[in-house]
Amino acid sequence: MKKANHYYLIAMLLLGVLVFGFAYPDGQGEGSTAAPAAEAPMPAAAAFDQMMAVLTHKRCVNCHPAGDRPHQGEDSHLHHFGVQRGETGHGLAALQCSTCHQETNNNISGVPGAPHWHLAPRSMAWEGLSRTEIAASMLDPARNGGRSLEEIVHHLTEDALVLWAFEPGVDDEGNPREKPPVSKADYIQAVKDWAAAGAQIPNE
Amino acid sequence: MQVSFNINGTPQRVEVEEHTPLLWVIRDILDLKGTKFGCGKAACGACTIHVDGEAVRSCSFPVQFAEGKNITTIEGLGTGDALHPVQQAWIEEVVPQCGYCQPGFMMATAAMLEKIPNPTDEDIDNNIVNVCRCATYYRMRKAIHRAAEIKSANL
Ligand code: FES
Ligand code: FES
Repeated sequence: MKKANHYYLIAMLLLGVLVFGFAYPDGQGEGSTAAPAAEAPMPAAAAFDQMMAVLTHKRCVNCHPAGDRPHQGEDSHLHHFGVQRGETGHGLAALQCSTCHQETNNNISGVPGAPHWHLAPRSMAWEGLSRTEIAASMLDPARNGGRSLEEIVHHLTEDALVLWAFEPGVDDEGNPREKPPVSKADYIQAVKDWAAAGAQIPNE
Repeated sequence: MQVSFNINGTPQRVEVEEHTPLLWVIRDILDLKGTKFGCGKAACGACTIHVDGEAVRSCSFPVQFAEGKNITTIEGLGTGDALHPVQQAWIEEVVPQCGYCQPGFMMATAAMLEKIPNPTDEDIDNNIVNVCRCATYYRMRKAIHRAAEIKSANL
């Protein structure tokens, strides 16, 4: 009787593996703890939503202006003091971004900072574009600096200046700057999943 | 942390917390009081110095980034015998009123003249965006043009 119980148990376990194993091929079945949820590919549409919720946020768009002046602040006003992009996006000859912005946030002065702080080139203007227009411009080599999809993913997920958006520091009153509505980890996963699924842009 | 740099041609080493604004170090540790504290928020330019020849607002420059750099403050811009063209022009045009903002303006101007030797009024408006509470802007503009003249005559 004991032996029969044993076989019964093994058979049930095997059945469980087969059923749940095929139903949730990535080990992401209900109750599974095999891998963190973030590793499951997101449906492409959801990935696009998450990615664009970040890229349309003011922490990104303030420095992808349509004109020659950066924006700043939660209300995205034009940068004070008439600051301009200059020839290379690093400011004017004697009023460089690095006159005030250094490689890290400055929580004493409230001036934000990250490596190679500068404006996106004119061709990468996002201000005023819809999220699908922004995505299209990102994929267009004529406007994205000749980047391949792989290079775009690298830029979006590893560039310290891009990722600054998730650690934007405090303003000059000591108040934390608003972060994008998606976490850094989820955003990075979304970009990768969207690209892996073919970098499709929905019709909107 | 320990930070080493040259300031006005003299090597210095300071032991200080890495985020300390360079302005604090210059004024309070090195006792060079020519560089002024105005806003502390990189908004007024009173604290402008040069780091490797570039104008930098030292109230917003963590000292950790000064490692190995050449720093110039208003005290190092010229000497009594050999005035910098900007100092000469400032004297000729009697620019200062209270004077508080002037070291920052002079350092910003000196840096600009290295990049734009003959600035137009528009260049001045775009690049020199410091704040003067006494509104000496009109005399400052004249002095900047004069400094450009002196500098090019000295070449
Ligand atoms: S004190 Fe540094 S810019 Fe005002
Ligand atoms: S001379 Fe007084 S603030 Fe400029």
